[in-house]
Amino acid sequence: MDALASFVAQLLNGLAGASSLFLVAAGLSLIFGVTRIVNFAHGSFYMVGIYVAYSAVAWIGEGPGYWPALLVAAVAVGIVGALVEILLLRRIYHAPELFQLLATFALVLVIKDAALWLWGPEELLGPRAPGLRGSVAILGRQFPAYDLFLIVVGPLVLGLLWLLLTRTRFGTLVRAATQDREMVGALGVNQAWLFTAVFALGAMLAGLGGALQLPREPATLELDLHTIGAAFVVVVVGGMGSIPGAYVAALLIAELKAICIWLGVVEIAGVAISFSKLTLVVEFVVMAVVLVVRPWGLLGRPQAAPRQGGAIEAPLRAPDSLAKAATAALVLALVALPAISSQSPYVVVLAVDILIAVLFATSLHFIMGPAGMHSFGHAAYFGLGAYGAAILLKATGAPMLAVLAAAPLVAAAGAVVVGWFSVRLSGVYLAMLTLAFAQIAWAIVYQWDAFTGGSNGLTGVWPPEWLADKRAYYALTLALVLAGVFVLRRILHAPFGYAMRAARDSVLRADAIGIDVKRVQWVAFVIAGLFAGLAGALFAFSKGSISPESLHVGKSVDGLVMVLLGGIQTLAGPVVGAALFTWLHDTVARSTEYWRAMLGGIILILVLLFPQGVAGFARQVVYGRRDARSER
Amino acid sequence: MSRLPFRKLCTAAAAAAFVAIATPAASQGTIRIGEINSYKAQPAFLEPYKKGMQLAVDEINASGGVNGKQLELITRDDNANPGDAVRLAEELVSREKVDVLTGSFLSHIGLALTDFAKQKKVFFLAGEPLTDKIVWQNGNRYTFRLRPSTYMQVAMLMPETAALKKKRWAIVYPNYEYGQSAAATFKQLLKAAQPDVEIVAEQAPPLGKIDAGATVQALAAAKPDAIFSALFGADLSKFVREGNTRGLFKGREVVSLLTGEPEYLDPLKDEAPNGWLVTGYPWYAIQTPEHKAFVAAYRKAFNDHPRLGSVVGYSSIKSLAAGMKKAKSTETEKMIAAFSGLQVDTPFGKITYRPEDHQSTMGGYVGRTKNDGGKGVMVDFRYVDGAKVLPPGAEAKKLRPAD
Repeated sequence: MDALASFVAQLLNGLAGASSLFLVAAGLSLIFGVTRIVNFAHGSFYMVGIYVAYSAVAWIGEGPGYWPALLVAAVAVGIVGALVEILLLRRIYHAPELFQLLATFALVLVIKDAALWLWGPEELLGPRAPGLRGSVAILGRQFPAYDLFLIVVGPLVLGLLWLLLTRTRFGTLVRAATQDREMVGALGVNQAWLFTAVFALGAMLAGLGGALQLPREPATLELDLHTIGAAFVVVVVGGMGSIPGAYVAALLIAELKAICIWLGVVEIAGVAISFSKLTLVVEFVVMAVVLVVRPWGLLGRPQAAPRQGGAIEAPLRAPDSLAKAATAALVLALVALPAISSQSPYVVVLAVDILIAVLFATSLHFIMGPAGMHSFGHAAYFGLGAYGAAILLKATGAPMLAVLAAAPLVAAAGAVVVGWFSVRLSGVYLAMLTLAFAQIAWAIVYQWDAFTGGSNGLTGVWPPEWLADKRAYYALTLALVLAGVFVLRRILHAPFGYAMRAARDSVLRADAIGIDVKRVQWVAFVIAGLFAGLAGALFAFSKGSISPESLHVGKSVDGLVMVLLGGIQTLAGPVVGAALFTWLHDTVARSTEYWRAMLGGIILILVLLFPQGVAGFARQVVYGRRDARSER
Repeated sequence: MSRLPFRKLCTAAAAAAFVAIATPAASQGTIRIGEINSYKAQPAFLEPYKKGMQLAVDEINASGGVNGKQLELITRDDNANPGDAVRLAEELVSREKVDVLTGSFLSHIGLALTDFAKQKKVFFLAGEPLTDKIVWQNGNRYTFRLRPSTYMQVAMLMPETAALKKKRWAIVYPNYEYGQSAAATFKQLLKAAQPDVEIVAEQAPPLGKIDAGATVQALAAAKPDAIFSALFGADLSKFVREGNTRGLFKGREVVSLLTGEPEYLDPLKDEAPNGWLVTGYPWYAIQTPEHKAFVAAYRKAFNDHPRLGSVVGYSSIKSLAAGMKKAKSTETEKMIAAFSGLQVDTPFGKITYRPEDHQSTMGGYVGRTKNDGGKGVMVDFRYVDGAKVLPPGAEAKKLRPAD
């Protein structure tokens, strides 16, 4: 009886958690549905919401002013959201798909440092809510009164949003835009203001979600990234653009977490299993299962064929003499680099990191650009390669070059599994499934102390004596990265590459001319995984150690940023983006205390100046006139 | 636009970039200390830490420096990423030509730098990271560590914990190396002191993402007599607030690692619990002359009170300076020899770097928490010398790989 009561009480906890989760996710789902922006800064809005609420309560004073203060915070965040949309995002709607992600990534950096500057480094625990300070006895347990309030707020907001979306003209427009935004524009609706309104509403919901957490958790600078992952999962599991779906998904995930905690440590067949440790990854497991079984989420509908704002990508062209000459010059410069820079040995150290980033970004671009599959979990293969190398080296003691050859195969094996599931999906669902698998892989590596070293990772992964000199290692890295980039490029110009691009541009037509689309995509996935694994193995030996960061979502996001920064529609894009981002990061982090804000600011400027990416812009400048002439 | 200017522009930009990364910044006649830390990821601890280092550098330089040279501190932010940390270490060694390395907060970064020090034969003083492995399983001759390790922190609490004579324990810890090894050490030491204890519940929430309500309730459901917690930061705040609301701590003893550190106790404000047995740093009540002098100097320099991070930063620099003075050099081998058995005066009193396992004997304060008018403080505390809670040198040496 007591066990049952404690189980029921845990379900109540889950309900409270679901409300918190739903409030953040609902706004994201709206924004996602209408504008198709992967709003990476949504977690930042949530964080700002709780910080502003803290200050507003301190300013207005506790007591009756508490509740208005929370609303003030929500509205303030909504205004910030509107400003972001008007000043930034509106200018880049016509950039290639996903490019807005880069802008919101930069915003995360800027907002984080702004919050640090405004509110300081210490966490800020807000006062309890007046009237709901204490607890209520339920089933012989003390249950916080505020949690009961939250349990009501979630469905209440759900109901209000439902009314807004189904009973008002604004709601009709939002739903129409979610299905087909061009058509809405064609019917005379001012899209710009619709987008602004939706973005502001979404941001306001995030701000409200944050503000309502004030009595439950302190405002900290980590909240943004801690929130964004779970919010995305909820949106996708529920089905993109479906608000009731988001609530169902939030409920499912929150209840599963509560049950895992309720189970605690359970002995099954003599083995003690700690279910509470599962809470690390439970939302991603749910997402993987749901997407495999229901590719459009629980309550979602198949996506309409996306009609993008960006220009259709031009076919790849073979490099002309100018491009060949430039490439040859670059390669010569890279070969000569150790000799030129013998006075400043750090140049070679940084160059090794840049080269590895180039290979990683190029392999990601290979499936993102020409194959049209956006992978949000590409770090998984990088990490598998790195861990594969470290474990093979330590377990077998094989020579390093053998390990370097074998490690990418580990990554490719991972890509075989993930790819098989992923190519059955498309668009953002595919992206999120790759993310789910990557996070599951990360959680396993993070937990498996005996095999992967757990959260500490593995150390002592150094190359042999003859490569100990950084210049020698640079030479090896340069050779392998050049070979990798060349092979990936070569594949794109081979018949297989044409098949990939055909499959991206039109699945139906590709299928009709006899291309086995799924198989082509699957193979592309594995090839990209293989080369990301090679980059990972090179990384492990260059650092002498490897840790779970190497396959964390942060690394995947870095890859996306590099590809988008360089320009997703050019083959040089990932190379330029990776080099630029790595170099910028290194330089900016050293030169100023608020380096995150500065890095974010630089990326924002680049985003506004070069919506085609840096390499895309360069290409336009060099070839634009010729293109125009040939079109005539 | 014609093509040529664009290419020229590219060349110019590349040249500028090259110059920017290639400019060496060496200056003669100073001792250069390279420091790497996760400043932006852990600002609450590391901002006071940086101030502590600055204070020590200023004091030493004002009194004539070390071996006739001024100290120069070069700090780097590793973005909480071990790969970045290793790159920055290479930068500090190869470009900035630093004489020694110090720093790191997170355990995995500390371990990556420990291994780097061994590979590149550089002297490394790990200031803050708590993992036992830095001086034991993964220890090497190039690495020394200042702060008491996870093992030591748990061991400090053990006499009072065993004296509670509680049988049924529930434990909660963040799910990564620090929390796991804290929990393992706690179980091991408590069972040795009190063979009849029983662990009735164990919760390992993800770091920074505790689901506090559910966790508190799960612990309460097991009806423990006492609770051991290794939570800190935002997790601790959430846990304490939910525990207070749900009456988890009523009539139960709580033993909690690190909770008395101002970094974690201050933010709790009026939620601060009463009577928890904790390790920490009661800067407001330590009456030793060396500590009073430190607080006065710190206040004068920064118009703020010190945190534990300040003591760690300050003592790191003081240790390095003392080692250099003893070695009469900054050469790696001489520094290693000097640090073996090196004695340093710190705000916590005299500490010794043990020759057997390179761990300093810096200790910590153990006491009870008290909610003093809406503000958490530590009372009834005592200083536990690190030497008293470390395994004997010969035994510790066996935990290390042979040099």
